[in-house]
Amino acid sequence: MDLLANLQLGFATALSLENLFYGFIGVLLGTMVGVLPGIGPTATIAMLLPITFNFPAVTALIMLAGIYYGAQYGGSTTAVLLNLPGESSSAVTAIDGHQMARKGRAGPALATAALGSFVAGTVGTLILALFAPPLARIALQFGPPEYFSLVVLGLIFSIALARGSAIKALAMIALGILFGTVGQDTYTATPRFTFDTRELYSGINFVSVAVGMFGIAEILRNLEDEKTRTVMVKAVGRLLLSREDLRRIVGPVLRGTALGSALGVLPGGGHILASFASYSFEKRMSKHPEEFGNGAIEGVAAPESANNAAAQTSFIPLLTLGLPAHPVMALMAGAIIIQGITPGPNVIVDQPALFWGLVVSMWIGNVMLVLLNLPLIGIWVKLLTIPYRILFPAIIAFASIGGLAINLNPYDVFAVAFFGVLGYFLVKLGAEPAPFLLGFVLGPLLEQHLRRAMIIAQGDPTIFVTRPISLTLLVLAAIALAVAVLPSIRRKREVVFQAEED
Amino acid sequence: MSLHPRLRPALRDLLSGLVFLVLGLAFAIGATSYELGTPARMGPGAFPFVLGGLLTVFGATVIVKGFLAGDGEAIGPVPWRAIALILGGILFFGATVRGLGIVPSLFVAVFLSAFASQQTRVVAALAIATGLTVLCVLIFVVALQLRLPLLGPWLGG
Repeated sequence: MDLLANLQLGFATALSLENLFYGFIGVLLGTMVGVLPGIGPTATIAMLLPITFNFPAVTALIMLAGIYYGAQYGGSTTAVLLNLPGESSSAVTAIDGHQMARKGRAGPALATAALGSFVAGTVGTLILALFAPPLARIALQFGPPEYFSLVVLGLIFSIALARGSAIKALAMIALGILFGTVGQDTYTATPRFTFDTRELYSGINFVSVAVGMFGIAEILRNLEDEKTRTVMVKAVGRLLLSREDLRRIVGPVLRGTALGSALGVLPGGGHILASFASYSFEKRMSKHPEEFGNGAIEGVAAPESANNAAAQTSFIPLLTLGLPAHPVMALMAGAIIIQGITPGPNVIVDQPALFWGLVVSMWIGNVMLVLLNLPLIGIWVKLLTIPYRILFPAIIAFASIGGLAINLNPYDVFAVAFFGVLGYFLVKLGAEPAPFLLGFVLGPLLEQHLRRAMIIAQGDPTIFVTRPISLTLLVLAAIALAVAVLPSIRRKREVVFQAEED
Repeated sequence: MSLHPRLRPALRDLLSGLVFLVLGLAFAIGATSYELGTPARMGPGAFPFVLGGLLTVFGATVIVKGFLAGDGEAIGPVPWRAIALILGGILFFGATVRGLGIVPSLFVAVFLSAFASQQTRVVAALAIATGLTVLCVLIFVVALQLRLPLLGPWLGG
């Protein structure tokens, strides 16, 4: 069987000593930043990206992916023990997880999160392995007009799934695309918006943008009002789940996994939506909805499974279409491009070891995470006692060095500061940074495919609506835009995201 | 996310709309200095010109919405001191790391930015800066072999 041979290749790649080691470093770092509130996987991956330039492509991806899904695990620890989402997708877990912890059931809550995540991670990885290759075959038939429409769809989707004002999200996309045009034009080599500065000819580096917007801006937000956080629950207690617990979590874990796998594929941060959706779904399904909010174990199992499943399947658009679904995937796309590989349908065919090695490493990483998280929980709790006033200078130091390490170009460091401040103020004014980063990364692709398509069509823009696949994608984009803008549906969306505010 | 007391209506919309409007106009006007080309052969200016125009329209829409909505969250406190210190620290690092070398440059950058926390005093900032400088040298220069001098040419390194 084809799949078996491919998986064999994947295991051979993922089990090499180097890849195991960096995979382990990845999930370890991921758990760490997941546990620590105030620093997320986006900023971490951005800061560490420059040091992976010397790695082989597959090793770099295995480590960076480990940080991403490791953070989904780690986030739940903080949610349960601190009632703070270490990661935005574990915000819902905090509701019931923390209640369980207050009743002395922190152990079972953490065990449920880990088990649910593991099941979901395994299923999510399998879905990735099964569905990515056929999807990539379809995508191989795409020409420039199809790719243009696909990028448009991806960008519009990121609004529909982002919280807050849709028009501001649109503006952020446009702004991101515009900053992405800085540097030499690929067709004519005309320097654009460079103010005659040689260092800007190669463009603004997306690592600087991501570190600034997600790392530095977050620090500034946290410094608005300094609170000393205290670990409410020090004793974790017995981790073992009772037979009754197990019986109660089977359904939520499976349903959460299914929902998460499906929503994770959507561009624009499906993992956050997945955890919210699965929580409200379980609450509606439950015979005892009144238990939700008071320590229902289902309220931990479902969202934790959903966000981890989504974390795995969100690799599908990137690896099959070359379309990053959210900022972390945009960084992964950058990591792939730096290695000289164009992300897209060709990756599976041309770089089978890369694709299958990554897929298998995700499963191995999930095993490592269970082993890391449950027995070592005490260490992660200790980590929470690091005061923020020591943590944030560390982030600034890493961000500065990370910016410099890209090309040893001081302008990349200046850009970190610039986008940090810009990001801080825009977030403060109600505009989300994620659409900006997606626009920044996808903008050059959008322009390239637009110009190519127009050359093919000899200047006739109807090419985008006369080719069936392109038309379908554009219609989908129009529907997604309508969903994001129409008031009645907007209100329902607000409800979904409301829980995050509490 | 903390909820701040409501002050003025939709000020956030007005300000963010203005930012979008100004930046959109700036990019669109800037793009006209590059060749716009024809639809079949789009020049380097065409794409940023259209996008700049779109951003201007979005900005204007946000501003209009801000006037109509008449109700909005307050902007809340802005940590100006922290912004100045952190910005200063990062810019100092970027400007001096090649000249001074990573050790002095990073030390000063971390020392400065540590004061962004109201709780940090001089002794604590010195300790944080020393600790982080040692840690970063170990991680990035010793372990990861980043090509950076510990002491730069300005210090005869």
